[in-house]
Amino acid sequence: MGAHTHHHQESFITKYVFSQDHKMISKQFLVTGLVMALVGMLMSTLFRLQLGWQGESFKILNFFLGDKWAPDGVLDPNMYLALVTMHGTIMVFFVLTGGLSGTFANLLIPLQIGARDMASGFMNMLSYWFFLVASIIMIASVFVQGGPASAGWTIYPPLSALPQAIPGSGLGMTLWLISMTIFIASSLLGGLNYIVTVVNLRTIGMKMTRLPLTIWALLVTAILGVLSFPVLFAAALLLVFDRSFGTSFYLSDIFINGAALDVSGGSPVLFQHLFWFLGHPEVYIVILPALGISSEIIATNSRKPIFGYRAMILSILAIGFLSFIVWAHHMFVTGMNPFLGSVFTFTTLLIAIPSAVKAFNYLTTIYKGKLNFTPAMLFAIGLVSTFVSGGITGIILADAALDINLHDTYFVVAHFHIVMGMSAVFAMFAGIYHWFPKMYGKLMNRKLGYVHFWLTIVGAFGVFLPQHFLGLAGAPRRYYENTAFPMFDDFVELNEIVSIFAIIGAIGQFVFMFNFLYSIFRGQRSSQNPWKSNTLEWTTPVEHVHGNWPGALPTVHRWAYDYSKPGADEDFIPQTVPLAPGEQDEGNH
Amino acid sequence: MITFLTYSVIILAIVSMVYLARIADLTRDLKGGNEADVPQSENKQSALGFIIFMVGLFASYIWLIQEYMPMTLPQAASEHGAKIDGLMNINLIVVNIVFVVINILLFVFAFKYESSKREKADFYPHNNTLELIWTIIPSIFLAVIITWGLYVWSGIHQIKVDSTLWIAGLGLLITGAAIIGLLKNLVAEIRVTVGGSLMLFGAFFCSYFFIAKNSINTEVSEEPLVIELYARQFDWTARYAGADQKLGAAHVRYIDGANTVGINTEDKAGLDDQIVRNEFHIPKGKPVRFVIRSQDVIHSAYMPHFRAQVNAVPGMPTSMSFTPTITTQEMRADEKTRKKYEKINKIREKRGEEPIEFNYVLLCNKICGATHYNMKMDIVVDTPEDYQKWLSEQKTLTEVLGPSEEAQQEENIAQL
Repeated sequence: MGAHTHHHQESFITKYVFSQDHKMISKQFLVTGLVMALVGMLMSTLFRLQLGWQGESFKILNFFLGDKWAPDGVLDPNMYLALVTMHGTIMVFFVLTGGLSGTFANLLIPLQIGARDMASGFMNMLSYWFFLVASIIMIASVFVQGGPASAGWTIYPPLSALPQAIPGSGLGMTLWLISMTIFIASSLLGGLNYIVTVVNLRTIGMKMTRLPLTIWALLVTAILGVLSFPVLFAAALLLVFDRSFGTSFYLSDIFINGAALDVSGGSPVLFQHLFWFLGHPEVYIVILPALGISSEIIATNSRKPIFGYRAMILSILAIGFLSFIVWAHHMFVTGMNPFLGSVFTFTTLLIAIPSAVKAFNYLTTIYKGKLNFTPAMLFAIGLVSTFVSGGITGIILADAALDINLHDTYFVVAHFHIVMGMSAVFAMFAGIYHWFPKMYGKLMNRKLGYVHFWLTIVGAFGVFLPQHFLGLAGAPRRYYENTAFPMFDDFVELNEIVSIFAIIGAIGQFVFMFNFLYSIFRGQRSSQNPWKSNTLEWTTPVEHVHGNWPGALPTVHRWAYDYSKPGADEDFIPQTVPLAPGEQDEGNH
Repeated sequence: MITFLTYSVIILAIVSMVYLARIADLTRDLKGGNEADVPQSENKQSALGFIIFMVGLFASYIWLIQEYMPMTLPQAASEHGAKIDGLMNINLIVVNIVFVVINILLFVFAFKYESSKREKADFYPHNNTLELIWTIIPSIFLAVIITWGLYVWSGIHQIKVDSTLWIAGLGLLITGAAIIGLLKNLVAEIRVTVGGSLMLFGAFFCSYFFIAKNSINTEVSEEPLVIELYARQFDWTARYAGADQKLGAAHVRYIDGANTVGINTEDKAGLDDQIVRNEFHIPKGKPVRFVIRSQDVIHSAYMPHFRAQVNAVPGMPTSMSFTPTITTQEMRADEKTRKKYEKINKIREKRGEEPIEFNYVLLCNKICGATHYNMKMDIVVDTPEDYQKWLSEQKTLTEVLGPSEEAQQEENIAQL
């Protein structure tokens, strides 16, 4: 492939708005994702105020929610459920799927495999614009009469199907479904593009066994998304029919608001099977890119090859495969056949094996390294801690017999927020600090990065560690207050502590937001390869050029992890450096 | 005033961040440094930070255990619940060990191998033996946990398995072995992955056959007492079968006035059903089978003290069974419960609220609408004698619906 540079003048619109350049699209995903993250975080802080100080009046609640949803500064119970629902939806889909995968798949896939751009720039552009439209609709749904969707982010019917059941299941739910449908389209357009690009557009010498782990993780993530999101689309479509066209796929024998509905033969459990057939791969769609990003950052900043490169790839593949046959572990107490529960317990616990391999490999990578604590590295190490600390409680929850008593309690909330929420958020931050120079040509402020990291990790554990105990006491999630259950009165103080840590964590994010904006405008200019990294993205010029490399595409001669290799002058050898005579390629033997 | 203060704090925070950033920039420029190169002093600080964080994490964890472990659920008040607790304790021990060990390793490594303390990193790309060890050790541990967990789970549900299961398992084992051994034309990785997975599942089905067989309770137990739990937004109703020990047929289309759970009044078995609200009783030592219905959305019948939970699904009655082993009175005297309620009452006194006593509860544990958090029913575990006495005081459907309706019923029946 020869040099192929676009010298034609680009207008403002084609460069910054309807851009087909993957680097610009990645920035668009990032900024949209961060705005959504801010909204999602604000929502959680608002309902934490209610949970920490039940029934007390807060001006800030009234400021954000108005007299309708927070009269006299006290949160309305319907709005509480709406906030919980929207927080979950926004964080899972718009931040940790769209924001995380969208940003880093777009930025890193072409750059790290040595491609000029994505396979289809146009599809890529559509993917972002669908994402933006979905985001706008989701945010807009907060402002409709009756409030946004309030049936939990899992939108189980009949609650989500019947506007009589909860006000949020009116127009708010309709907008939720429209937004998610568009989101799914965005995700599929993106995912197909990622797969095709990784499979077809790798540069000369970039064998699959030389790919950085980020790319492996993003590839498997894209495959999971393409296989599972259509199922959510089907589930949502049937729900639309039930809501608007009088069908009863999910509804049966219902009496509500003084009248029996004319529905029969449907099954609410069917929806849950369909939902979790996406929903479970979805948590790996969130966590796999996180693990890929952290592998890359830990190796680079430990100045050591990632330990067990092949085992890391195999565990990504194993997790990806297993994620499709574990969905019903969310449904042990739905009344589903208990024999099925046994099978899903087995498959779910199998995931612990590749996960354990990953955790041990991270530890061994750090072991005897030469650790350089950039803010990105701090977050990557924080990720290993959260991934392990949250992951192990999964062993308890995967056991159907134990899940009986922990299902839908705060124990579950603590588990998934640490293992999937925090880990993925940490990876997102790690990725932003690490690849900010690649995106904006500037370096982020290190000192503010430290402040951000310590506030975030203290906030994360401060919020979620105590919640395990609430769960062990049998406290259900999504309770607005516990006046009817004085058996939880002894947790009043703990709830306050949790809320205080939530506020600390939230403040930390403003430090990040500030640093992000400050560094874009006032940050120090980056050199070409600031972290002395091996991967191809650091062989491109700091100033973005269309087509990524001004001259010919680079040729790859080795794997991505030749850090501190004996016999080399420097402690890193970029992938483009040919093998010395007699030197072996570590990824391929 | 508060508004003014809030805005001042926000502005101050932004200004201070600007200054922090500017100062950092200036010192860096003075020293000729680069944001990308972390100075050794800062590396040392971060390394120390991890150790301080680790100590803080474990200290707060120990504090949480001391303060709040006694506030968690007391011993299980049901037969199967005791087994769940045993399984839970083993799991908790292992999980805690892993939590502590891995976090210590992580943070100590972070401290020890920080850049300033090291000349050069070791080049150590992989070690198959090590990787095999930490694949096999978790696998063995998981095999134990899975077997034990499934034994408890199958025992609770009395899952019946027949020989087709192990035959199928054996079939998978043989097929898997054949794929690995015979299909030499396939790429080794694919052969081993596919064959290995089939063998893994084959082994699972074979062993599950024996696990489930052994968990079946073969002793002839007495007929369980059947109680219906009926869920709707936002309360629970319990229905007892009455003198004939049979719940009458019911459907939401029969809901009418006082007949709130939709009993078909043409079904004679339903006329003596007793409907209770707010609180229901069950006898100690007698197996109880709950049939759970919902009339509107999904609810979840959660009785944490009995380690029992199942969803209430409209259109699909679900069920669960347990044998209560501790009466309400006995549980009130329980050491852990007493301490918990002492603390609760202290807190309530401070807030000027009435003291409360321990009660078993049925909660709704599936988001079901605005006042989901109020949906509860108290449970009283009585001695069998007290239970009989209480039950005899509950009104039957006929009594609830009143004489005029009853007359109407008889007329209807006569017409048939």
